[in-house]
Amino acid sequence: MKLSRYKRELAAALAYAVLLVLVAIVAPSFFSAANLRDLAINNAPALIIATGMTLVILVGEIDISVGSQFAVASVAAGWLAKSGMPIALVLLCVLLIGAAMGAVNGLLVGRLGLPSIIVTLAMLVAWRDGLRWITEGAWVQDLPADFQWFGLGQATAQALIILTALALLVGFSLGLRHLGAGRAVYAVGSDKEAARLAGIAPRRVVFSVFVVMGMLGGLAAMLNAVRFMSVPSNAGLGLELKAIAAVVVGGTLITGGRGRLVGTLIGAALLGTIGTALTFVGINPFWEKAIQGAIILAALVSDVALGRVEQHGRISLSRSKVS
Amino acid sequence: MTEKALLRVTDITKSYAGVHALRGASFDLRAGEVHALVGENGAGKSTLIKIITGAVEADSGEIRLNGQAITHNSPRRARALGIAAIYQQPALFPELSVAENIAIGLEPGGLWRRINWRERRRRAAELLGQVGAKIDPSCDAADLTMPQQQLVEIARALGADARVLIMDEPTASLSEEDTQNLFKVIGRLRAQGVGIIYISHRLEELPLIADRVTVLRDGRTIDTRLMSEVNRQQLIQLMVGRELSAVFPKQTVPAGDVVLELRQLGCLETGVKRVSFTLRAGEILSLAGLVGAGRTELARTIFGLAPADEGTLLLRGEAVKIDSPRRAIEYGIAYLPEDRRRHGVVLDLSISANMTLAALNQLVRFGAMDFGRERQIAADYTQRLAIKTPAIFAPVATLSGGNQQKVALSRWLITKPSVLILDEPTQGIDVGAKSEIHALMSELAAQGAAILMISSELPEILGMSDRIGVMRGGTIVGMLNRAEASQQKILALALGHDQGLEA
Repeated sequence: MKLSRYKRELAAALAYAVLLVLVAIVAPSFFSAANLRDLAINNAPALIIATGMTLVILVGEIDISVGSQFAVASVAAGWLAKSGMPIALVLLCVLLIGAAMGAVNGLLVGRLGLPSIIVTLAMLVAWRDGLRWITEGAWVQDLPADFQWFGLGQATAQALIILTALALLVGFSLGLRHLGAGRAVYAVGSDKEAARLAGIAPRRVVFSVFVVMGMLGGLAAMLNAVRFMSVPSNAGLGLELKAIAAVVVGGTLITGGRGRLVGTLIGAALLGTIGTALTFVGINPFWEKAIQGAIILAALVSDVALGRVEQHGRISLSRSKVS
Repeated sequence: MTEKALLRVTDITKSYAGVHALRGASFDLRAGEVHALVGENGAGKSTLIKIITGAVEADSGEIRLNGQAITHNSPRRARALGIAAIYQQPALFPELSVAENIAIGLEPGGLWRRINWRERRRRAAELLGQVGAKIDPSCDAADLTMPQQQLVEIARALGADARVLIMDEPTASLSEEDTQNLFKVIGRLRAQGVGIIYISHRLEELPLIADRVTVLRDGRTIDTRLMSEVNRQQLIQLMVGRELSAVFPKQTVPAGDVVLELRQLGCLETGVKRVSFTLRAGEILSLAGLVGAGRTELARTIFGLAPADEGTLLLRGEAVKIDSPRRAIEYGIAYLPEDRRRHGVVLDLSISANMTLAALNQLVRFGAMDFGRERQIAADYTQRLAIKTPAIFAPVATLSGGNQQKVALSRWLITKPSVLILDEPTQGIDVGAKSEIHALMSELAAQGAAILMISSELPEILGMSDRIGVMRGGTIVGMLNRAEASQQKILALALGHDQGLEA
């Protein structure tokens, strides 16, 4: 295995390591078991979304409607649970609702060939405001007792949620590397026309990826909702930015075709930790967003710089057809 | 009668937006045969093979494989039937490894198949070995040079174990040694009974490997001959074939001062090298050559789109450095690009806005756009160039190709350029508009403009130019005067067969 293949992931890992060392020196109490567990449980839903987002970006598209989909799925989970449906069935329904919302994006982008940034921008507004209209902003209260923590008790359920997020990441990571479907995602993201000429159906691949994104969004919403006594109707605000940022910081090429889920894990960890870490170090947490922005920019700049080094003295595969 | 042909293509037609690419192409390929397909630029060779591989759908016509008609062709179906192709533009995945590039589309099994990376690398190394390429299968395709990409494409096509193998200009960027290796591979495949369709501009290669040759011209099959029964000259004759049909409105203008001079100009990025010529006021100089000979690249270098990094460019005797189109426009150079719809006009903007786009700074008064002047100028040019439109506010998208081209041309005439570069100015437009543009070119030259025209249409080149520079491999390989130029001479130079014909 060539280490240079992982240089983008290594760059993100290095940045994360520096952050952790700094925190370890200034505020060792950050590494208390309770704090680490809180961090993990708080970031698990976002990690699941980022896993799906990695697939979407790898295939050369983007989905900025995930936050709104998340809200719809959360409220749906609350309502279904209140209606007396068994919790396992609620989970299944929420997954299907997520898949259906993903399929809408998939049809518009994959089938009709519309640009994903516009399609998902429209869906971001449509789902969010549709939900506001139906709920009139009211939260879902008085959830049945077995809804919270799936009735399993806090410790067990927390471990389950964290493990689910990690297992999905590992599973998709293996699938991307070792299954034909995974390689098709890379091929379509690298060059749609070349993929078509190689007998891959790019539209189907794009459609499927959006459906998977929707399902993962539904799952994340469910795992998040059970942590609280009530479901807010404005859940998941800004979640799309968090997910996209984690993917990009993790070294995935925003135009598709290159990237790995291990990078997304590092990116999500880095961006998810920074706010809490700042508090521990004694910096005003208002700086969190600004620093997150700086990290995203740094990731993009280093990507360009790494690309330059790579291409130096070589003829690159040019995508622009000048003849 | 039993079907002898492995693949039979009958009366294929295809048009793109009203322009006919194929008007009835037919030929047949036998098992164990290398069948060459030749023709000028735009004769329809690449379109024909894309139809056979299912990348493009034919308007009409029939393809039969072993006597069975192929219906609903697609890249996937063609592959399943044993048809593989090497395209002229390598269709590789830049971000993926060489091994994966070779494996994609070749591996059996559906989406849930397990990828065996070790096997992929082994197979890739084996196939690359067969074509004699020394390429590490685990490096990224983006890191390969052009010839290496070509070799990977060839290895991929070999791995398909195809019955019909199509090669579109496989040797275009290969070295002599790689070419010889390829010929050995082709020989082996032929012995195994594979039918090979071989497209090449290098006519000297054909007698070495081809059994038969089919000539395409203007989208039609002209003739199929045994390779042993035709020589190079006859092939060129068949490829060119047509008569000078139109009368060109070329005025003879006494050449003025030298306006543009290139001395050993080169650009690493585009592969233009050591180009030298002079262009005088009132002169029309044409650049002829095959696709990929570097004509557009040279125009882009002169216009500052791909700035020169070698040699000197002199304007009216003064060395200047043109590093951007903006600078070029300041120096009085105008460039009408080849791809009219993408680069020549902005389709959604009005005729008037399109026309004034390169001269906006002339239209600013007191810091604001003078729309009155814009209307006046647009109306003036619409009338002068006889642009057929109901209103100058109509979006350019509503015009016909010829009228769009006139709008594109007006944009540059408004800047009153001293050097006008026209890249395929009449490509894909109707005959009427074509001769109007020719008349306009002639008139501009008479008024003292220096015109550099790129064209793939030999009659147009012969009819309109004072001098003709023939390009091959990024440089000018021959400069012909109007009097001495002929289709045969130009084509021979462009193909690199000038020896023997010059005498």
